[in-house]
Formats: sequence, C-alpha cells, structure tokens
Amino acid sequence: MFDDFMINTWIAATLVAAVAGVVGFFVVIRGASFAAHALPLGAFSGAALASLLGVDPLLGLLAFSGLGVAGISQFARGGRRDLATALSLVMLLGLGALFLSRTTEYFQAVYALLFGQVLGVSNEDLLPVFALSAVSIALIAMLFRPLLLSSVSPEMGETMGVSARLMEVAFLSVLALATAMALPVVGSLLVFSLMVGPASAARAFTSRPLRAMLLSAGLAVVTVWAAIALSFISDWPIGFFVGALGAVAYGAGRAWQSLESAPKAVLPVGHTIR
Amino acid sequence: MIGMSTLLSFVFEPGFFTSQPVRTAAVIGGAAAVVSGAVGVFTVIRGQSFAGHTLADVSSAGGAAAFLLGINPLLGFLGMGVLAASCMELFRVDRASERDLVTGVVTGAGLGLAALLLYLDVTTTSTTGAAVTVMFGSMFAIPASIVPLALAVGIGTLAAIGVMYRPLLLSSLDPDLATVRGVPVRLIGLLHLIVVALAVALSAITVGAILSTALLIGPAAIALHLAKRPGMAILLAAAIGVAATWGGILVAYDSYVWTGGRGWPVSFCIVTLIFVTYAAVAQTGLGRLRPAPGAARLPVSSRG
Repeated sequence: MFDDFMINTWIAATLVAAVAGVVGFFVVIRGASFAAHALPLGAFSGAALASLLGVDPLLGLLAFSGLGVAGISQFARGGRRDLATALSLVMLLGLGALFLSRTTEYFQAVYALLFGQVLGVSNEDLLPVFALSAVSIALIAMLFRPLLLSSVSPEMGETMGVSARLMEVAFLSVLALATAMALPVVGSLLVFSLMVGPASAARAFTSRPLRAMLLSAGLAVVTVWAAIALSFISDWPIGFFVGALGAVAYGAGRAWQSLESAPKAVLPVGHTIR
Repeated sequence: MIGMSTLLSFVFEPGFFTSQPVRTAAVIGGAAAVVSGAVGVFTVIRGQSFAGHTLADVSSAGGAAAFLLGINPLLGFLGMGVLAASCMELFRVDRASERDLVTGVVTGAGLGLAALLLYLDVTTTSTTGAAVTVMFGSMFAIPASIVPLALAVGIGTLAAIGVMYRPLLLSSLDPDLATVRGVPVRLIGLLHLIVVALAVALSAITVGAILSTALLIGPAAIALHLAKRPGMAILLAAAIGVAATWGGILVAYDSYVWTGGRGWPVSFCIVTLIFVTYAAVAQTGLGRLRPAPGAARLPVSSRG
C-alpha cells in the first residue's frame, strides 16, 4: 500500500481531496449541490472523447466541464438554474453515450471513470495535478471575500459592487477545475460526494467561515485516505467508500448539531439560486 | 406517388415498422415518455429537478443488483428508486438548499452502493457491459418480456397522478396555502417522489439511468414554457416526450443505414432532440416560466 509506485498516488489524492474540500465549502453554502453533481458527470463525456481521439484525458475533462459551465450559465438566463443544469447535463451525457458507442473495448475504463480507481500515478501525471490545485487554491484565495459575501447574501453583495452573476461564473469555473482534477481518482459519480459530505459536516462543527473551509479540506483528505486504504485492502471500488464515508460525515454533522444543547447560529446555507 | 414512396422509404428505412426490437422500444419508450412527461410537470413546478435526476442515479444501484441476482431489471430499478425516495423524504428539512444537500448525500451513498454492486457484477458474473447498460441504457436490446410489467407500472403511475391531481398541484404551486387548506403536504411530497421514482425507473430501462432526466425534465420544462394551464402542460409534456422518443428511435434506426452499420445510440438521439427544442424555446423567450415556490431568483447584475 505504501510501495514506491503508490507514493505519487497518495500525493495526488491528497491534493485532489484538499481542493475538493475547499471548493465543497462554497458548494454547500451556495446550495449548489446539483451543479457540483452535474459538472463531473458531464465531464465524464469529455474523458470518453479524449480516449476516442487518443489525447490526454485531462484535456477532455477540462473542455467538457468548461462546456458545462457555459451551458449552465447561459441557460440560467432564460429560465431557472435547476433546469439549466439538468438539461446541460443530459446533453453532455448524450454526447458521452455517442462517444461510447464509437468504441468497443472500453467497459473497464468506463467503469473506472464513473466510479474511480486507485491508479499508479507517474511523475508526469503529478505535474498537472500540482498546477491545477495551485490555480484553484489561488483563485479561491483571491475571491474568498466577495464570493463568501455573494454566497451568503447575493443582494448585499450587489449593493457593495459584487456582481452575483460574475461570482456565479467564477465559482462554477473553480468547481470545473476541481472536478477535472478529482475525476480520475474518485470517479465522476462521486467527486460530488467528496465535495458535499466533508463540507456539510465541517459547517456543523464551526460557524467561522475560514475555519469551516479548512476543516472541510481536512475531512476530505481523511475521507480519501481512508477510502484508498479500504479500497486497497478489500479491492472494492474506491467510489463505494467515498460515498459511504460522505454520508457518515453528513450524519455526524447533523448528530453534533442536535447534540449541542444551546443551539448556536450555524453558517447560513445561502439561497438556492434557481 | 412514386416520389412519395421514395421519400417515405428514405425517412423510414426499410424494416422499421416490422422490426421486433423497434416495436418493443417504441412501446416501452412511448410509455416511459408519457409517464415521465406527466410527472415531470410537477417535478419542474416544485423545483425538484435535482431530486428527479438523483432518483434515477440511485435506482441504478437496483439495476445493478438485478443484474447480480438475475431478476427482472425493472424490479431492481423500481425497488431501489422507491427506497431512495423514502430516504430523501425521511431526512427532509424545510429549507430548500438544505433539502438539496440531503438529496446529494443520499445520492452519494446510493451511487457508492451502485459502484460496489456493478463491481460485483463484473467480478462474479461475466456481464462486462453491465455498467454501460445500466447507466446508458440499450434500447434495442430490451427483452419483450418486460413489456407487460412496464405497461402496468406506467398505467398505475398515471392513475396515481390522476387520483391526487388537485392536492398535488396545489401543494406544488403554493405549499403554504395547501397547508392552510388541510392538504397533507408532507405525505403528498413523499407520494410525489415515489411517483417520480416509478417514472424514472421506466425510462431508465429505455434511455438508461443517468439519461432518464432528459425525459423527466426536458418535455415538462418545454411544456411549462409554452402552456398556460397545468392540465394543458401535462398533455403537452407527454406529447413532446413521445414525439422526441419516437423521433429519436427513428433517427437511431435510420442512422444504421446512413453510417453503414455504426449507428448513433438511441439515447443520444432522444436527448439531442429534447435539448435542441428546449434551447429554442428558452432562448427565444417564447414563454416565461414561473420560479419554483420559495426559490430566490438570481439577481440580475448590472453587468450581466
């Protein structure tokens, strides 16, 4: 489990989880679970296209999560955001079905993309992971205050000159970056679990935004470490453990909240912007 | 007359109307589209697209279990869908965004289970294509034996909507007023999710678990843009769904000839038809959609 070829895997998984936890904090306070679920799932089709064309899967992932961001923000103007998300998602997945039908020797790879796989990560593979996590963290650091304000109260943000629409696009873009990174490790269906589970638990334990965000990143890292170890021992898919541990984290958060005798103010969950 | 029949045989490639797989696909796909369209109108009005989508995702764990046990796949989808719907309503909270979170956590757990079951499918049986079949469907490979059960479920679902039409509509449009009028809002909410689970289970068999959202949300969203009255929207959504499904089947069938035997998948054709129609309706502003109750609209920025 800690052999030489696994060291890079542990490093990559740690970075991926830390970024997912940080981004997940904003997913939770913005009530953006659906977008956080739709972008990785739509990006799956990009990986399918990349393997069809024989290019680096990361390029396909980035391109298709970019398409997802464009689709969601474009359609949200003419209608509601949940519908924009649902329809952008199914169109990207429809394309995925088309790409899958063009190839025949692919089932194992499809399964790995959907549900994740503990892979040997080479030194060359590690480089883009480093770069993408640096960019994501830098963006979050730069946007932290306006994004937090706009997430908690879009109206107040507007009066203070923070464009809610701009913040929405910025948030979705960071989400897309984190997605493209995390997808090969935990699988497109469960990236989202890694974002939502730890962040929702962290929010229950502290009401300070910065502390909650860091706690969320820490919990996400622990989740991924445990999932990789369990997956390595049992040979069961890593996605199963990520999904289950995410649910456990959320449950623990809910239990902690109800156990605290004096109900304190928790972080506002933000508006569900539809 | 010769020109007409040439045109017809160009549109309907030879064998379209006599092929057994096409007939089965048309019957089940049509039934799924009618049920999904009708149920979807309520799902869209209630702003529960996410729950509708994730019920399909989670029910894929049931599809995988059915593969493993060798039972009727529809039963697997149905069972898991109803279980997940009950879980979501059990842990339900009042704030809309917290509700999304609960939906998400249930989905994560359900998908984890699907991952495990599909893994066991692959390792203990020789069904290597299980993941692709469950997730993306394989419409021309539907066994004719599931037609009676599928039709029964479809009719039952439509009957359930008919019975609870008024309270369901009222509690979807205005939950507060419904509560005042004595409508059991939570019970109706649970029944709505169960009906959604039944509808997506039907379409999961045809277009696959993760694409069944297209049939649930797409036609209903288009219909609600165009129709003024809910009853009319339901009829329109069902009609749009059937048109897209049959159109998709036709295009997919014809594409086998056009592309020389490497046809496009049915699910891709159906989803594309729905998406293009929605894009046309939403972007041209043919109609306006009312926001879901209790949902804040995105403030329009001066820069946007």
